[in-house]
Amino acid sequence: MLGLLWLIPAIPFASALALAVLRFPRKVVAWIAVSSIAASSIISLLVTFSFLHAPPAGNAYTEVLWTWMRVGDFRPEIAFYLDPLSLIMVVVVAFVSFLIHLYSTEFMAGDDGYSRFFAYMNLFVASMLTLLLANNLLLLYLGWEGVGLCSYLLIGFWYRDPENGLAGRKAFIVTRVGDTAMLIGLFLLFHDLGTLNIQELMQRAPQHWHLGAGAAVAAGLLLLGGAVGKSAQLPLQTWLPDAMAGPTPVSALIHAATMVTAGVYLIARTHVLYSLAPPAQFAVAVVGAATLLIAGFSALTQWDLKRVLAYSTISQIGYMFLALGVGAWPAAILHFMTHAFFKALLFLAAGVVIQALHEEHNIFRMGGLRKKLPVAFWTFLIAGCSLAGLPLITAGAFSKDWILWGAASAANGSMGFWIVALIGILLTSLYTFRMIFLVFFGEMHSEVTKKPGMAMLIPCIVLAFLSIAGGYVKTPFAHFLETALPWNAAAAGAVHISEIGSETVAGLVFLLGLVLAYVLFLRSRSYAASLTDNAAGAALHRFWFSDWGMDWLYDRLLVRPYAWAARIDKGDLIDGFYSGIAELNVLAWRVLGLTESGRLRWYAAGIAAGSIIYIAVVLFL
Amino acid sequence: MILLWLIVVLVGGGLLAWLAARIHPLLCRWISLAAVLVDLALALFEASRHLSSGNAGMNTWFEQVDWSWIPQFGIHFHLALDGLSLLLVLLTLVLGVVSVVISWSAHIKALGFYHLNLLWILAGILGVFLSLDLFLFYFSWELMLIPMYFLIAIWGGERRTYAAVKFFLFTQLSGLLMLIAILALYFAHYHATGVYTFQYTALLGTPLSPHTAMWIMLGFFIAFAVKLPMFPFHTWLPDACAEASTATNVILAGLLATTAGYGMIRFLFPLFPGAFRAFAPVAMTLAVITILYGAILAFSQTNLMRLLAYASISHLGFVLLGIFSGSGIALQGAVMTLIAHGISTSALFIVAGSIEDRTHTREIGVMGGLWDTVPRLSGAGLFFALASLGLPGLGDFVGEFLILLGTYRAHTAMTVVAACGVLAATFYALRFVQRAFQGPNLRPWRLPDLALREGLTLGAMMVVLLWLGLYPQPVFHTFAQAANHLPALWR
Repeated sequence: MLGLLWLIPAIPFASALALAVLRFPRKVVAWIAVSSIAASSIISLLVTFSFLHAPPAGNAYTEVLWTWMRVGDFRPEIAFYLDPLSLIMVVVVAFVSFLIHLYSTEFMAGDDGYSRFFAYMNLFVASMLTLLLANNLLLLYLGWEGVGLCSYLLIGFWYRDPENGLAGRKAFIVTRVGDTAMLIGLFLLFHDLGTLNIQELMQRAPQHWHLGAGAAVAAGLLLLGGAVGKSAQLPLQTWLPDAMAGPTPVSALIHAATMVTAGVYLIARTHVLYSLAPPAQFAVAVVGAATLLIAGFSALTQWDLKRVLAYSTISQIGYMFLALGVGAWPAAILHFMTHAFFKALLFLAAGVVIQALHEEHNIFRMGGLRKKLPVAFWTFLIAGCSLAGLPLITAGAFSKDWILWGAASAANGSMGFWIVALIGILLTSLYTFRMIFLVFFGEMHSEVTKKPGMAMLIPCIVLAFLSIAGGYVKTPFAHFLETALPWNAAAAGAVHISEIGSETVAGLVFLLGLVLAYVLFLRSRSYAASLTDNAAGAALHRFWFSDWGMDWLYDRLLVRPYAWAARIDKGDLIDGFYSGIAELNVLAWRVLGLTESGRLRWYAAGIAAGSIIYIAVVLFL
Repeated sequence: MILLWLIVVLVGGGLLAWLAARIHPLLCRWISLAAVLVDLALALFEASRHLSSGNAGMNTWFEQVDWSWIPQFGIHFHLALDGLSLLLVLLTLVLGVVSVVISWSAHIKALGFYHLNLLWILAGILGVFLSLDLFLFYFSWELMLIPMYFLIAIWGGERRTYAAVKFFLFTQLSGLLMLIAILALYFAHYHATGVYTFQYTALLGTPLSPHTAMWIMLGFFIAFAVKLPMFPFHTWLPDACAEASTATNVILAGLLATTAGYGMIRFLFPLFPGAFRAFAPVAMTLAVITILYGAILAFSQTNLMRLLAYASISHLGFVLLGIFSGSGIALQGAVMTLIAHGISTSALFIVAGSIEDRTHTREIGVMGGLWDTVPRLSGAGLFFALASLGLPGLGDFVGEFLILLGTYRAHTAMTVVAACGVLAATFYALRFVQRAFQGPNLRPWRLPDLALREGLTLGAMMVVLLWLGLYPQPVFHTFAQAANHLPALWR
């Protein structure tokens, strides 16, 4: 069964190729697109059963397809590596992709780029699965750039509006800034360790580098550069809110559930390296903590439903980075999984709402929809509770409490991280219920014009189930991951709080956020308005709303100077030198031409002057 | 003997096509196509013969033709083939077929003379790749120049005379430096050994003082650097590309640069190892400047052909970097980049030419929204733009990655700066895609999409780039057969 592994990315790739090159009727397009992802999911399940039933030696399985290139001592392969970590990621990605593809068949039904849409989506899934299964960093990089490309293509899917194209271009360029750092990291790793095979790297790193070695720190930071780009973390998070220009299923699949967690996967995959480089790992934790706060504040101020969700995604991935940074590796992966379920669901349900209200994105013009769109309401509510962390019941609470506990108790944890994570929970609860109250409660502001069909509702219901049930697997999950990602429980003594205590506090904070949101956004909206009425409140609101001014800063510091430099040299100043030579020639020709005047006395004078100079030279030198 | 036939078929085919144009234009086109196809078949036959036989010929040339030509001066007619030249001969002939095919339906004045020039420039390029006698090499080098001059000057755009003269002056003057360098080496060899010879194998290891070696090497280097083209000698290429027709651009950007890269690999280091090493830091610095300068200028261009020309310059900077880095991995990357860049840049020029044929403009500001009306052409443009920005899975990435990987060992700082060039490629490539294909179709354009012939040509080039990107091993394997001729620096 494990031998089928290669089919998991190969089938979506083949269908993407078919959809891109050939022309099919719509029904056939939908059928090819969905069935290929279904096939991948089924194979991933088969592989999982086979893996669990008869674990391969070393709890990992490698399938080599061919040697990519053999240049000197550089020999990367096209090969897939399956261990508990990649297995979990692959199953989640394949299954969520399947649900979102099913949803898209209805969501995109009226679009004239139907086939193009599914070609891009299938190519995305193929690239994402390649990224997860790659046994070396070069193949991982191929998948990494592939998902970035598909993200670009799908954000700009509705290309007729230049805004969408610009948003796609921004996403691609900003993530590529991170990718460039990652690329240099690959050079460094190969130079020092002589391979890009991930398992070999993880074996050789501790042999070649001592704890805290400069090269290890540099490599860790460079890979982190790639990770913050792809996962929209500080300081490269600015592209993700704009990426919401893409169709909603794209936001659900790429910009919430799968691609943006690639950075989390990369760091988890190379966790040995980070264990060797404490400063780099600390940087991961700091990036995560800072991002989860900053994005949480920004989410509070957005009026576009999808942008709230986008900031929420940035903030939740911040939690995963925090977990990685403190060394609570499996907590990050569990949060990846639960987040994939509830955030995908939030986007899908939001898509139902947006389509029902005829492309209305503004949450202040929604309201009272719980009666008209009951399935969307209940699933959105479940996912929202999971996101905010309704204790004991929802999946999100399990994973987030684990991270919270890890922030205090894991190898690199501290009470400072714990408090930041706790503030994050308050923010999450606040913006989540703000959204829910504004969209589904209160008075109706817009008419419902379209009711969703089964293809859109079934994925929502399945994901709602998973948003609750996904957390109960925590213990077997940690056990299963143990060989790939060790979980070092509390460093005794240093912790000031017990696990139960931490969870209780988290539950109370969740409630506080819920009550605050109720008071501010449902009970009496004037309180919320009065907060931004004064000058300071309004300025702060604007600051948070504009993503802490980072777009503005990058525009002034980087984009404009580059464009300016390019513009002033458009005509290529170097060419001026050659033109100058040409001009001089012409000038010389003109001047010498003047001497050919046809006047005899000038010629005579010239000859005389020449003779005198010549004689003088001969005589005196 | 096959080596001789490779050249004779093209020279003869060109003459025949010229004569045939008086009978019927189609006959002229068919003769040209047949000549290039026959040549390609011959080259493929050579490839299959020598590559399948495993380790045969590891230390010798695959094939040689060596006749005394002007014995008084030690000039030989000496052609030889090894893995490196085989790869580039194949690239030349593939792009040769492409350039004949894409000229097929175009209305071309003086059709016979056009095909004569097209085939003769290919013959000149093959001569460059196959010559092992420096006199013959210089002869072929100049033979490329004259047909190209005519191709630009007769079949170019509005400012074609300016562009053609500029091209001619740059390449001719730099070629003269190479001639002086060749003669200097010739006499230096005579002084040392008492033998007059232009033979490459004999001139290897000629004892030279470091000072002399540096000057002679610079003569060669400047000729190659102008042809590549390298900053600051690059300004002729954008002007030439902006005026030349599509098939000419394929040869101009895809093949002429390749001859320069080949010259550097074949001659510079093997003949002057010491001077090469001493000069490497300067050359690598210029390479990094070329990469960034080309990328930044490509970003600001509004004429599509100039944009592609600057993009091409930026990519060729990588080739220069790889060759001078002194790393075997980077050298293989440089060869790979020469090939992949030849295909992808040519394809971009074909896409640009197809857009121009339909919209009658080269200004990207005037285009826009083309995806609405020509989705297949736009898709092809997107594909090759992605190849150009170094998307993994396509050939250009493999080359540039290996160059940077190899260079990193020796020069970390330069690698980091050059890697930013890969990033800068994203800027201009996406700008091109967005301006030309995306956005609203305001005009609105209503244009015919890719015809079967264009579609097949571009499709085949896509397949080649994917193949180079996912299974480049045959290229490296072939090149390894040549690496033994090249001294130890790169191993």
